[in-house]
Amino acid sequence: MNRLVVGAGYGLKDWLAQRVTGVVMAVFTLIMFAAALGGAMASREAWQAFMSNGFIRFLSFLFIVSLCWHAWVGVRDIWMDYLNSAALRLFLHVMTLLALVGYAGWAIQIIWRL
Amino acid sequence: MTNANRTVQFKIYRYDPDQDAKPYMQDISVELDSTARKLLDAMGKLKAQDDSISFRRACREGGCGSDAMNINGKNGLACLTAMDSFPAGKPIVLRPLPGLPVIRDLIVDMTQFFKQYNSIKPYLINNDPPPERERLQSPEDREELNGLYECILCACCTTSCPSFWWNPDKFVGPAGLLAAYRYIADTRDQAANERLDNLEDPYRLFRCHTIMNCVDVCPKGLNPTKAIGKIKEMMVRRAI
Repeated sequence: MNRLVVGAGYGLKDWLAQRVTGVVMAVFTLIMFAAALGGAMASREAWQAFMSNGFIRFLSFLFIVSLCWHAWVGVRDIWMDYLNSAALRLFLHVMTLLALVGYAGWAIQIIWRL
Repeated sequence: MTNANRTVQFKIYRYDPDQDAKPYMQDISVELDSTARKLLDAMGKLKAQDDSISFRRACREGGCGSDAMNINGKNGLACLTAMDSFPAGKPIVLRPLPGLPVIRDLIVDMTQFFKQYNSIKPYLINNDPPPERERLQSPEDREELNGLYECILCACCTTSCPSFWWNPDKFVGPAGLLAAYRYIADTRDQAANERLDNLEDPYRLFRCHTIMNCVDVCPKGLNPTKAIGKIKEMMVRRAI
């Protein structure tokens, strides 16, 4: 059977999440620029002290989660736009999701080790 | 007119499935006088010269949308495109609207376009018995429909939208979504919730990536991207 079905009934949350995570990343980027201008990255020690500050740890965690969530919606959109095979889309959706979750864990481990 | 009696070069997409193995571009020039002010006038002269050239046209004043085509790479209506707007000495390139099957030359099969348009139920849904004269609206509520009801369904926007090119069977497209918001915004309509349910879908609505080709080409100066944004805004208001 090859009947076309449309109407999965979702999409708003992903669209909204992409906007919110975009704002989180923009704010984090501005904070990093401000910190760099303020000398927080003048030496390795200064940078390490800055990055291990509790508030910055909190923000960097949010940034990485936002980045991966944002990328999930964006990359999934690419698969949905250009690929017609549902089997191939499912495979790539799962691969993308697994890769992004792995990257998020790895990145957080690196940043929190500082 | 300063440019009376001039020769204008055209490059026209030609395809007659009964005769041609594949489409080709035909170079053709036509002698125009000062009465040929719009592209459609010039095309009328072309048709008189070679009556095998096929294109749709009807009202010749931007009201029917029949003569939508791809003009020098940008969708538009031949009847609203001034001959003065073309750079002198360069051929005018005419192609059919992109993304739809070609029936012949500049005539495309709009079935898919109207299928999507019909899928949003483009009519007022109101189950109350009709009043004696008319269903009334406040001037403010009526104001919201401006910039929405004027759409002539020429398909310039939808066929310039890459999201529609990739998923014409699943994405409603800018014209359909503009029409959808026209009914969602209408205070006389009682089906706003069902209409939003019908659109809340990763393909039907959320294939729009705000590329805004639709806004760029609309011959009526409408803004489907803004209407799509308002649909999303209503969905957010409804959800949180």
